[in-house]
Amino acid sequence: MGFWITQSLNSLALGGLLFILSAGFSLIFGLMRIANLSHGAYFMLGAYVGLTLLQKGVNFWIAALAAGAAIAILGGLVERIVLRQLAGRTLSQVLATLGIAFIIADACLWIWSGDPIPLTGPASLRGAVPVLGTHFPLYRLGVIGIAAVIALALWLLVEKTRIGAMIRAGVDDLDMARAVGIPVKALFTAVFCLGSALAGLGGVIAGPILSVYPGLDADMLPLALVVVILGGVGSLGGAVLGSIVIGFIYTFGNALLPDLAYVILFLPMVIVLVARPRGLFGRIPT
Amino acid sequence: MTALALRGLRKSFGGLPATDDVTLEIARGERRLIIGPNGAGKTTLFNLISGDLEPDAGSVLLFGEEVAHLRPDQRAQRGLARTYQIITLFPKSTLVENIVLALMGLSPLRWHCWHGLAGRRDLYDQARNVLERVGLAQLAARRVADVSYGEKRRVEIAMALAQQPRLLLLDEPLAGLSAEERRTVQDLLEAIPRDISIVMIEHDMDTALAFAEKITVLHYGKVIVEGDRAHVVAHPRTREVYLGA
Amino acid sequence: MRYASSIAALVALAALPFALGNEYYVNLASQVLIAAIFAMSLNLLVGYGGMTSLGHAAYLGVGAYATAWLTLRLGLGPLGAGAAALAITTLMAGFYGVLALRASGLGFLMITLALGQILWGLAYRWVGVTGGDNGLSGLARPAPLGIDITGARPFYFFALAVFAVAFALVALFVRSPFGASLQGARDQPRRMRALGYNVWMIRWITFVLAGFWGAVAGVLYVYYNNFISPHALSLTQSAEVLLMVIAGGAATLTGPVVGAALVVVMKNVVSAYVERWTLLLGVVFVLIVMFLPDGLVPGVQRLYSRWRTRP
Repeated sequence: MGFWITQSLNSLALGGLLFILSAGFSLIFGLMRIANLSHGAYFMLGAYVGLTLLQKGVNFWIAALAAGAAIAILGGLVERIVLRQLAGRTLSQVLATLGIAFIIADACLWIWSGDPIPLTGPASLRGAVPVLGTHFPLYRLGVIGIAAVIALALWLLVEKTRIGAMIRAGVDDLDMARAVGIPVKALFTAVFCLGSALAGLGGVIAGPILSVYPGLDADMLPLALVVVILGGVGSLGGAVLGSIVIGFIYTFGNALLPDLAYVILFLPMVIVLVARPRGLFGRIPT
Repeated sequence: MTALALRGLRKSFGGLPATDDVTLEIARGERRLIIGPNGAGKTTLFNLISGDLEPDAGSVLLFGEEVAHLRPDQRAQRGLARTYQIITLFPKSTLVENIVLALMGLSPLRWHCWHGLAGRRDLYDQARNVLERVGLAQLAARRVADVSYGEKRRVEIAMALAQQPRLLLLDEPLAGLSAEERRTVQDLLEAIPRDISIVMIEHDMDTALAFAEKITVLHYGKVIVEGDRAHVVAHPRTREVYLGA
Repeated sequence: MRYASSIAALVALAALPFALGNEYYVNLASQVLIAAIFAMSLNLLVGYGGMTSLGHAAYLGVGAYATAWLTLRLGLGPLGAGAAALAITTLMAGFYGVLALRASGLGFLMITLALGQILWGLAYRWVGVTGGDNGLSGLARPAPLGIDITGARPFYFFALAVFAVAFALVALFVRSPFGASLQGARDQPRRMRALGYNVWMIRWITFVLAGFWGAVAGVLYVYYNNFISPHALSLTQSAEVLLMVIAGGAATLTGPVVGAALVVVMKNVVSAYVERWTLLLGVVFVLIVMFLPDGLVPGVQRLYSRWRTRP
């Protein structure tokens, strides 16, 4: 019994991490039609930046937010300098993000060298607590909570604010949004910053669980893709659902069928893409 | 046997019927014009005939054969050809290269991957003949991107004729042409032999009305008037649809 | 004559090992040839077919793993193992093609990525068969026609022979009626269908051929390294070969070769002088995507013809 509870909680924790990672990806993909292949790299860079701040004694939560902010700035620069110049050429934009992923990954290797580094979590969430008959790391419970808070915050942003309405309009019908006067260019930059910030923040929060190491970006990017394809591009609700589903599939897959873990992970993505070929941008506000 | 028979053809997009229970017949060798105000569903109808769209209900009989669920290329193999409202040529290739592609479409040659295409002089000569028919032989070596809009329209028609079709669908062949270009295309269309049946969508009334033997008027996806020119022009519903629109 | 430049290039390539002298550089040249075949295979899909794939490493990987496994575990001779590996990979490409072609554009990109990840995951985790992270090692190079290719120079000539045949066949393919149909389908699929072309079939056949040539590169790859590991199937590898094609010039014959040379040389030679060669590669790639989107080969050709026709 303990096994199932532990693994289910692990699944939720992983789901939480995946949500923070993929929400940004989904927003960017849904609004700008760009599959941001450097998203995993932003996640990794955020983790490294957070690590450096932690090593200097900065409080964990401040480090996480600061890392998110730093990556947001980087994302904004990338969007303005590179992606905006390629407006309208989706494939070129995707390729550009691929090149940027290479650049960031190598820069991380350069600055922080190749050894995997564990991040120590915040003191407030150290240790394990009894949960439904087993002991479970408090930090992972914390992650579930943080992800829920972020999900709520994003939901409020997208549903209840003006900028959220603009995002929804843009995801729905970009030409129409332009026609009614929504400042699409500025919106693109803002959303790209937001998405990148979430990736960076997610990297730090994931740090105590996943550590940070070269190759983390290539490990995380496909997971973000699976979540978003499963849950529907541009849909926050879909990202929540997809993250939880993938969290469970990955955790239990790893525990029960380790040889086929990756097959089980990517098979749903293939099935969705194959079964709904027109479904990549199947329309969804939230 | 008719060239084309549509029976109860229906197509909706999100609840809105773009084609609403259309039934009509095109006789062999006929020249049919389809008109109607913007949004009447003319291009949707063409797409249903050519196979670019699948109908929700109804049948499409091409020379007596049911083709409603066949792919566009399968319908082309059965003698259907069409031009598009927007130019869909290959801009970086020369005119003759464009026509060669059209000629190859119905030939088993198109699957050959073990010899070059450039060596097939016979194909290139045949392509030049087709260009001759539309009066563009002198531009054969010119790239499509470098010729005028009117000439591009004629290449579109040439591509369709190269397929030696039995039924030809022309989607606004005169759109955007100058008066002189229109006359050239008109002469071209009139010179097409009677073993090819033609259905045309057009907005340019003078040219089209002169060309057509029978006219079908569409409105909100339905056929509302059908008959020869005199009948359609005099019909009160025609006036209503055009003046009211 | 049209073939003069090709023959000259072939002669130059044949003379290369003698000019290079040092065994290290000859091996590097072999690596370039293998990467060039790999990039050419992807170019059939990306450049000529207009289908951008991020899962092409799968074909090199499966070709390599199959060859190694059949030789090491089943004891097949190199001819049998190589032929079987090519067959297996080509069949796999056929199956994958059916799945991937359910989508186009970004959807196609995603499916190929996912399919590639599935195979990478198998290579990584199915330790019993693939050796997991350690891979399969101990594969000896074959002796085609009795010639020992264990040495750097003989292997180079072996790779050159395969490359020359691959290049010639791909060139023939691209210039054939089928090649014209493929490029037509890339540019105006709707028009092609209206002309009677079965666009799906054209794309599927190309997908299978791309997989076949990828497998050829894989067989050479595993014989060059005497070893295969999951890294060869990774997303990074698929990204790298895509980079080679785009940077060199998609939809050209020599573009992928130039791109392959660029990446391999940067990886090995430049890295001795410039530590951050990947970073440099990334920057070069982004610059090419932004300013020379057709790639280096067409870009240079354009500059050259502009220079020649200067007033």
